[in-house]
Amino acid sequence: METKDIITPENKVYSAPRLLNDSTMHYCPGCSHGVVHKLVAEVIDEMGLEHNAIGIAPVGCAVFAYKYIDVDWIEAAHGRAPALATAAKRLNPDRLVFTYQGDGDFAAIGTAESIHAANRGENIAIIFINNGIYGMTGGQMAPTTLEGVKTATTPYGRNVELNGYPLDISRLMAQLDGTCYVTRQSVHKPAAVRQAKKAIRKAFENSINRRGCSVVEILGTCSSGWKMTPHQANLWMEEHMKEKYPIGDLKNNVE
Amino acid sequence: MPKPKGAVTINKERCKGCDLCVVACPTDCLQLQKNDVNNRGYHYASVIAPDNCIGCASCALVCPDACIEVYKIMI
Repeated sequence: METKDIITPENKVYSAPRLLNDSTMHYCPGCSHGVVHKLVAEVIDEMGLEHNAIGIAPVGCAVFAYKYIDVDWIEAAHGRAPALATAAKRLNPDRLVFTYQGDGDFAAIGTAESIHAANRGENIAIIFINNGIYGMTGGQMAPTTLEGVKTATTPYGRNVELNGYPLDISRLMAQLDGTCYVTRQSVHKPAAVRQAKKAIRKAFENSINRRGCSVVEILGTCSSGWKMTPHQANLWMEEHMKEKYPIGDLKNNVE
Repeated sequence: MPKPKGAVTINKERCKGCDLCVVACPTDCLQLQKNDVNNRGYHYASVIAPDNCIGCASCALVCPDACIEVYKIMI
């Protein structure tokens, strides 16, 4: 059978999610954000929540998330996405409310909002992309940057005596009584992408069913900030980041 | 026993040439174009060995720009 005979609508097994629109994403080649955008769009479509989802966009690389996924979005001030999500969810308790944040937004400037929204047990889902660097501003050190990693602001590598220790904020979130589901996933391999999709779906279901705050941390890569090719960045992430940030569920109160 | 046979289409203008699909493909079907670029100047991915494709969708799953569509039949 010829290849052109296989390419028919009834044989299609995978295509771009319906809710991901045609605008070209501004992300660098190989950026993990694109994969996670795809997963968020797929999960919202599969759950049939196209008209009942409210996303809160952060400040950071994902600041234009509202341009790519066709659901309702609010753009928050830097780090304040969980506070805005609190308002959106309290005013619209039947809707899916999720934030989409990077590590600079969630774990640095927004730490107070993140921790208190989770501690209050707000019924929101937080998608947290951790690539251990400030990507948008040119690769500066973030709180999540690993020890010894060279960035624009730590040219000799992160020194814990000077710059402090890498912040494992998901472990912190897991200790709060308000969170119901805290997990850490990655999207560097096809199998990992499938797992991450399941985690996102679970978090969204928790938001809809008002079970508490869910945090899905996704270990991302930043090939531009790390100065590597996308494939090298994936290998580096697997080799180094998983030591400090192991993959798996940190807390799951919902069965 | 029926064997899977697949085919992929790549939206070359959306592709950014990140090479992740080429690495993810278990049957080495894909490669970046060495001598051609798309309208934004990227060496886009293209199918070099269509007969090898098994329609596993690994390339499409890891594609950050959602430019790959996958088709599959059992023969």
